[in-house]
Amino acid sequence: MKYEGVSAFEGVSFDLDEGDFLCIVGENGSGKSTLIKGLLGLKQYSSGSIVFNGVKQREIGYLPQQTPAQKDFPATVKEVVISGCLNRNGLTPFYSKNSKKRASEMMSLMKIEDLSDKSYRGLSGGQQQRVLLARALCATEKLLLLDEPVSGLDPMVTAEMYEAIRSLNREKGVTVIMVSHDIHNALHCGNKMLHMAQGRYFFGTKEEYKKIPEFKAMAGGCLSDE
Amino acid sequence: MSELIHIFSYSFMLRALIVGVLVALCAALLGTSLVLKRYSMIGDGLSHVGYGAFAIAAAANLTPLYVAIPTVIIAAFFLLRLSRSSKINGDSAIAILSSSALAIGMIVLSVTKVSIDVNSYMFGSILALTDNDVIISAICSVIVCVMYLVFYHRIFAVTFDESFSSATGIRSGIYNTLIAVLTAIIIVVGMRLMGALLISSLMISPSLTSMRLCKSFRGVTICSVAVSVFCFTAGLILSYYIDIPTGAGIVVLNLICFLISALIGKITKRNE
Repeated sequence: MKYEGVSAFEGVSFDLDEGDFLCIVGENGSGKSTLIKGLLGLKQYSSGSIVFNGVKQREIGYLPQQTPAQKDFPATVKEVVISGCLNRNGLTPFYSKNSKKRASEMMSLMKIEDLSDKSYRGLSGGQQQRVLLARALCATEKLLLLDEPVSGLDPMVTAEMYEAIRSLNREKGVTVIMVSHDIHNALHCGNKMLHMAQGRYFFGTKEEYKKIPEFKAMAGGCLSDE
Repeated sequence: MSELIHIFSYSFMLRALIVGVLVALCAALLGTSLVLKRYSMIGDGLSHVGYGAFAIAAAANLTPLYVAIPTVIIAAFFLLRLSRSSKINGDSAIAILSSSALAIGMIVLSVTKVSIDVNSYMFGSILALTDNDVIISAICSVIVCVMYLVFYHRIFAVTFDESFSSATGIRSGIYNTLIAVLTAIIIVVGMRLMGALLISSLMISPSLTSMRLCKSFRGVTICSVAVSVFCFTAGLILSYYIDIPTGAGIVVLNLICFLISALIGKITKRNE
């Protein structure tokens, strides 16, 4: 399985294999979110191509940034998680037994099964992200796209969240593409890096990435000894 | 009980009850999605567009519904599209469209010297319905209910998170358009029968009330239908006894329900 992307903001090109963990880092406005939207088919691109081998467009699980409308949305955790199964439903109006089973499996995988009847708006930020991650997993177990999965979470919860994502990648073999501002955790989790800046791009393994000047600039004075 | 049977032995009361319950039910179903998508004012805006369309139809001597339904569908579609582009917000788009439509309607009416009773436009004439009105509203309500039930889960998914839905292969655009079209139908039918103010209140208030009380989407949907039908029926019966305008009475009952639920919501919030 291979993904290849050449995108409209010129010269970005990368390919991934099954089980890879790609972290996309870079400045604000360098087109990270646009890239994600292009991959998901939410935005049209004028030139270049995105090739998925073995993954259909609808087999991408997506963890978007939260919208303000969701903060007071009346829905139980179960309702949110199972809505991820809709894409495998075809045209039938109601959920099959399989979908229900899958939703409860994903809830226990994300350790939120005891929240199942709780209201989504009453949960903490970390719990909400777990719910959305479970929903993304309902949609697919092949490829996950995470758009800043830890923004707004406190350090403890952030660490738990990264751990959960890492174990999905390592143990379940889920291919992950993650946008993050957090360079240290990105290096800790990922095996490939895409650095995006105005007009300059880097793609490679994390070992290669550590040698280039952009990395030193990003990591700043607190260059870790990882 | 025999008292109630007596009230509804008048055919005008019975017609009002049937039409009102059907429209209230559909309005409440759609209202939940609209409130959650931050389109609370769309009912108000579209009913003003409906007024403009009715005015033009009256001036041109056309059947009002045949002019109003397509016009309002186009307006609804336009509003939902427009607010996705970042240049004009949804609320300002609704504001400009509704005041312009109202103004155009007024000009058309004054130029052609046709008159529409403003009071009946605001609060409708629920006690003066014909058999034909009953049939039209029944057909529209059945269409709305069936569509809503069939697409319930998709409507939920698109309402909760449009970008996730699109990303996983649900065609959000189609469901947004569906919501717009169904909303337009109910608003046109509802405003002709019950008035502009009443229909936008029937859409929004029951959903707001039940959002304070229920924690699941299904709960909110069912509860808002119940609140809506209850407020309508109670308002209708009340207006018979204490001689207040029916439409206004129903709006005030909805307000009372909302205030009570807000209070209950405050008290029970800690348990959520």
